[in-house]
Amino acid sequence: MSEERELTFAEAIREALAEEMRRDSRVFIIGEDVAEAGTPFKVLSGLVEEFGKDRVIDTPISEPGFSGIGVGAAMTGMRPVVDLMFGDFLTLAMDQIVNQAAKVSYMSGGKLHAPMVFRTTLGATRRSAAQHSQSLHAWVSHIPGLQVVLPSTPYDAKGLLKTAIRDDNPVVFFEDKMMYKMKGVVPADDYTIPFGVADIKRAGSDITIVATSSMVQVALGAAKMLDEIGIGAEVIDPRTTFPLDKAALIESAKKTARAIVVDEGYERYGVTAEIASVIADGAFYYLDAPVKRMGALDVPIPFSPALEDLTVPTEQSVFEMARRLCGKT
Amino acid sequence: MAGTKSDLQVDLEQSLHMYQQMAKIRAFEEKVNELYQSAKMPGLAHLYSGEEAVAVGVCEALRRDDYITSTHRGHGHCLAKGAAVDRMFAELLGKEAGYCRGKGGSMHIADPDSGNLGANAIVGGSAGIATGAAFSAKMRGTPQVVACFFGDGALGQGLLYEVMNMAALWKLPIIYVCENNLYGEYTSVGETLAGEIGARAKAFNIPAETIDGQDVQLVYMTMQRLVARARRGQGPAFLECQTYRYYGHHVGDINRAYYRSKEEEREWTTTRDPLQVLSARLIAQKLTDASVFARIEADVKAEVDAGVQFALDAPYPDAREVEQDVYA
Ligand SMILES: Cc1ncc(C[n+]2csc(CCOP(=O)(O)OP(=O)(O)O)c2C)c(N)n1
Ligand SMILES: [Mg+2]
Repeated sequence: MSEERELTFAEAIREALAEEMRRDSRVFIIGEDVAEAGTPFKVLSGLVEEFGKDRVIDTPISEPGFSGIGVGAAMTGMRPVVDLMFGDFLTLAMDQIVNQAAKVSYMSGGKLHAPMVFRTTLGATRRSAAQHSQSLHAWVSHIPGLQVVLPSTPYDAKGLLKTAIRDDNPVVFFEDKMMYKMKGVVPADDYTIPFGVADIKRAGSDITIVATSSMVQVALGAAKMLDEIGIGAEVIDPRTTFPLDKAALIESAKKTARAIVVDEGYERYGVTAEIASVIADGAFYYLDAPVKRMGALDVPIPFSPALEDLTVPTEQSVFEMARRLCGKT
Repeated sequence: MAGTKSDLQVDLEQSLHMYQQMAKIRAFEEKVNELYQSAKMPGLAHLYSGEEAVAVGVCEALRRDDYITSTHRGHGHCLAKGAAVDRMFAELLGKEAGYCRGKGGSMHIADPDSGNLGANAIVGGSAGIATGAAFSAKMRGTPQVVACFFGDGALGQGLLYEVMNMAALWKLPIIYVCENNLYGEYTSVGETLAGEIGARAKAFNIPAETIDGQDVQLVYMTMQRLVARARRGQGPAFLECQTYRYYGHHVGDINRAYYRSKEEEREWTTTRDPLQVLSARLIAQKLTDASVFARIEADVKAEVDAGVQFALDAPYPDAREVEQDVYA
């Protein structure tokens, strides 16, 4: 590995794209305001200067249209990276993702494929209200044919995005909007991170906190607080909801005998439900307490800061849940 | 095509009322920008400054119980349709006294009492709602008409074409008001739109007109004609208003040189300002003098100052509010 170097989450994404575009001329980016504007979050700044407007393509505000163009291009030899500015706009592109991209391999008996990435965002607390704050990754995690990636560090973002672009199947890649400015060590070399491999972000022996994307930092913060009262929390990040590293999650829960699953999607019928059931099933005889779930409050995200902050798990709420589960009051 | 200036006949009182409405929107948006810059407003807002003549001209031709649907750049639509400044500010600050009890914020203001079915943060997202409201007016046998506001960007959305087709088939009382401000976010319409805008509507046999959206009297007169037609059961119409947003896409969009020039901005703000166009015309016609406009400006400033103070002093919603209203 080369010398340690820090990048922001946004820079890590940009670097992964640039490297893959240099490596493979089939890779292109398509979406709204991706070229000169570099997206509203400035994640793609500089790419159009290097790769030109033929490979960094601004579209009209037509999510189903350019998603569908992505699917067709992927089926005929290209490797599109489709940019859906906000995860909330998945709703508009859903037919193309779910009924077209996800199913083409199976429906064609394996003759056609859609090797493409849908990059989009998740996460609340930006005061963006109900139509720009949702975390809808559970929707696509539900669909056979799709793979779903939720990086939580700049390092993971770069390695996982490269894997996503090289994969022969459609991938939905969720970036936490609040994380774009977060810094972390990112090697300058070409590395990939395989899908379906969880990462222990912090080892501990008293309780397992499974956390995804935006909730990983929250879990790490809670773990620090737990340390102070003598509870050692293990924070484990599945990194992909499908494929899901069931073995690692079960292993961790077996070791600690207690588990909480924290994810920013809605709690009901959410990612937390799936993971909790995997743990409850796989670690049943080892558990000292029921597996707890913490997701977003089941309400449309409110605008008012006074309300919005109540909808997402916090370090404090995860800490309290863990403390209760460990029988410390 | 739209009326030429010689057909214009808007009486002075009404013209001054429209001036006042436009001035109120302008003052409101200036204050919103200040609130953002002084970090008193959570999140972002999309300012309507420069486009006032569209909302005001359109809403002046509507009755209170006629409906509108609005957009992410919606403060002007809400105010023009009759929302109060103080409760608008309260919503923008996330306060309980806001139109949506702080739950909606800048992009979701709805006020059914003034016929406002809501702003929408999904581009083109309200086209269905607006057309549905027109459908319902027809079903319920009321004389209500709907104005559906959307930007040039929404012309990229398929929903709009689906509902325009049905509106034409079923002769629904709706006016599709396209606010063509030349940009969607950071991209000019030249890069996102093929063909002509009006031709899209004409393909469905919906009459389409393109007018100067900086001339409030012209917008009003044109709209009045289209509304009367719709009220008579003659079906939908499409009105493209050419306009310009003075500020960035949102309050944080300060450096715009990479997508539009300073000269272009100067051209619009100095030669086509909707307030100046109207005041200069009324003065040239010797219908009134500058002091009248000065008084209006002072009045709306006082209203805006009082409104923002009300909102700043107002309490946030109680924590229990967070789970209320998810279901009826
Ligand atoms: C379906 C959808 N796609 C993308 C966005 C992001 N977005 C918000 S405003 C905007 C530009 C809208 O342009 P236009 O309709 O011309 O309205 P203007 O801002 O110019 O008033 C975009 C792309 C969105 N809100 N909804
Ligand atoms: Mg526009």
